[in-house]
Amino acid sequence: MVTLYLDDIKVDVDENITILEAAEKVGIEIPTICFHERLTPPGLCRMCVVEVEGARVLLPSCITKVRDGMKVKTDSERVVRARRTILEMLAASTDISGAPELNEQIKEYSADIDRFKDSEKRTFPVKDDNPFYMRDYSKCILCERCVQVCSADIQFSYALTTAGRGYTNHITTFYDKKLPETSCVFCGNCVAVCPTNALIASNEYGNKTGDTK
Amino acid sequence: MNNTNEKKLEDFFNKLSERSRTHLLPTLLKAQELFGYISENTALRIGEVLKVPAADIYGVIEFYSLLYSKPTAETVIRVCTSPLCSLKGSDKIKKALLEKLDLQEGIPSTDGRFMVESVQCLGLCDHAPAAMVNNTTVCDLTENSIDDLINGTKSGPDNNTYSNHPVITKRFGKIDPLNIEDFIREGGFKGFAHALTFSKDELIYAVKSSGLKGRGGAAFPTGLKEQGVVQGNNSEAYVVCNADESEPGTFKDRIMMSRDPYSVLEGILITAYLIGAKKGYIYIRGEYQDAQVTFAKVIENAEKAGYLGDNIQGSGLSFNLEIRSGAGAYICGEETALFESIEGRRGIPRNKPPFPVESGLFGKPTIINNVETFSYLARIVSDKKKVILSPNALTPSGTKLFCLSGDIVRPGMYELPFGIKLNEVINDWGGGLEGGRAIKAIILGGASGSFVPREHWNIALDQETLRAAGLSMGSGVIMVFNETRDIRNILVDIGNFFYHESCGKCYPCQLGTQVQQEIISNIKRKGPGEDDFGRLEDVGLTMKDSSLCGLGQTASSAVLSAMVIWPELFRSTDKVGDN
Repeated sequence: MVTLYLDDIKVDVDENITILEAAEKVGIEIPTICFHERLTPPGLCRMCVVEVEGARVLLPSCITKVRDGMKVKTDSERVVRARRTILEMLAASTDISGAPELNEQIKEYSADIDRFKDSEKRTFPVKDDNPFYMRDYSKCILCERCVQVCSADIQFSYALTTAGRGYTNHITTFYDKKLPETSCVFCGNCVAVCPTNALIASNEYGNKTGDTK
Repeated sequence: MNNTNEKKLEDFFNKLSERSRTHLLPTLLKAQELFGYISENTALRIGEVLKVPAADIYGVIEFYSLLYSKPTAETVIRVCTSPLCSLKGSDKIKKALLEKLDLQEGIPSTDGRFMVESVQCLGLCDHAPAAMVNNTTVCDLTENSIDDLINGTKSGPDNNTYSNHPVITKRFGKIDPLNIEDFIREGGFKGFAHALTFSKDELIYAVKSSGLKGRGGAAFPTGLKEQGVVQGNNSEAYVVCNADESEPGTFKDRIMMSRDPYSVLEGILITAYLIGAKKGYIYIRGEYQDAQVTFAKVIENAEKAGYLGDNIQGSGLSFNLEIRSGAGAYICGEETALFESIEGRRGIPRNKPPFPVESGLFGKPTIINNVETFSYLARIVSDKKKVILSPNALTPSGTKLFCLSGDIVRPGMYELPFGIKLNEVINDWGGGLEGGRAIKAIILGGASGSFVPREHWNIALDQETLRAAGLSMGSGVIMVFNETRDIRNILVDIGNFFYHESCGKCYPCQLGTQVQQEIISNIKRKGPGEDDFGRLEDVGLTMKDSSLCGLGQTASSAVLSAMVIWPELFRSTDKVGDN
């Protein structure tokens, strides 16, 4: 057991858990985007960052283990600025209309989705290349869950990859091929874990997103 | 011809020590060299041989700037557009070149002979503007030297260096850099011989008490790293030399490797002995072809002379060193991204902890140091008595390699004692500014560094003093800009650099480098908008505070420091009470 302080609340927890898990135990809610309880946390969205006394930078609570005597602020000014700005930049880069959780977070952090409205959005034509599901990457926030489940986290099909670099990163297949021409087995795992409806069953497209096919 | 090349690729496979993923990048580079690009069929064949999923191979190709999934040309001309080359007019040269060849950037000519593209910092900032023509570097370009570019006529670099206190540059000029006997005659491998007489604790003590800190930019105490691995008592450990020098304004490792390469090898050997590593890698950036050729020769000669291989000099240490080439990605200078790259993946940094000393390359404890650090380490250990008896003799580690560039009379590499004054380096050593102009701005630390406020233009260049002033020397970069330069242009170039080099894994950096670059470009084009100061501040601080790795954490340093020194450049005057 270790003792740590979360927003000045004294908490006793097992030593092998993360700050995120410790916070959950005492009812402190820390927002997450890329985190999925069944997958290896990639620690990439940085939405769950917290301020740990003595640390130079903010730390991602989803992968940072608790330590005895740790003092954590889960909603300091720095933390809130980071979360709000991440949401504002995300809204500027991506169509998040199909992402209910993100929209809740935007409300909670009073993020101004027009803050960077002059920024160039990432837009792609909808990919409709198989009978089962469609890929609308204009809605993709690059959480990489789909690549994870398609690879070593669940399915071992290795049909998907991230390509490009930086802002031009995008999820695609081998040489951008149509899904039926790849190692995809249409297991549907990627659709199940997609948090923004960028991946959606073909017969649901439109109902969930308000878009027309 | 194609069939021949396919056969050559098969020959390459046959020569591999093992057919596994770690050879993916070398194989892709080989295929790129043979075919000019990597076709679907080639990628599938590589995947089959190295047992790598096809989609992953595509992801890797599309990550690295020197790999292409579409045909390129016989001659690819890459013009450096990083801050210093841009300052010296590389954009005009690129335009003139495109015009002369009647090409568009990044699109090969219809006859497949030429392609022109931009490249980020080639480490030739003392010879700006520079370019690469296939594997040949061309320096000090002017609009009149377009033909040299097209013909790939080699010009430089001269690699001149300056010092009044040479420690790791003291062999420069006295040896044929590739001649191992010259190196030994000038005291080479003395440090390694000394190390063999040390216990591990003594060796760590020697390094720790010397005050040596990492010279790649992060300044982590070298002795502490070593202690971390030795204490772990590992059966398998690696030594890696980080020669992925890509920070704009930095060219010291290139010069070090070209003028005293065995000293780097010696530092690597000492470290291998200390942690019991049997295998090491030197990861040299893809654009440093000359350094790769040099090191291949160095390894060959060292093997012949019994300084690599089995039972080195009768010490019982068996150690092999392998060169790995980068493929055009600044982020691979980040240690964990470099490991990913050696392991055959996209160069994406890992979350830390675990740190490399616990879990580094192939998940094993790893010591990774910069080129200069290894060379310095060899020097420290070779001076055994001094280090052991008087720990402060070289504190803080004596000298540093500084890279001076920009509007300066004598740009170049300078080995100078820590604590030397910034203005002394610029005026006394660098000869002041070209044309007798006044200084407008100084950046310390490269693109990821900061502008130095005027009151610190005479600051002492040592880590403690700089830290107290909120500055960092990083890898030792000093960029000087004269009074005619527009700060906004410099920031646009820096913004473009980070936009191009962010790996895109974490949101703050992936999105922040894009937004930062857009806002700065807009400010340059049409002046600051209403909330630009606040937006840049929020984006900059978010990147600094919450990015996953050092790239994102420093991608806004220059902008944030400029906002403190020249706030008026970022504030709109249209509206009263703005910010």
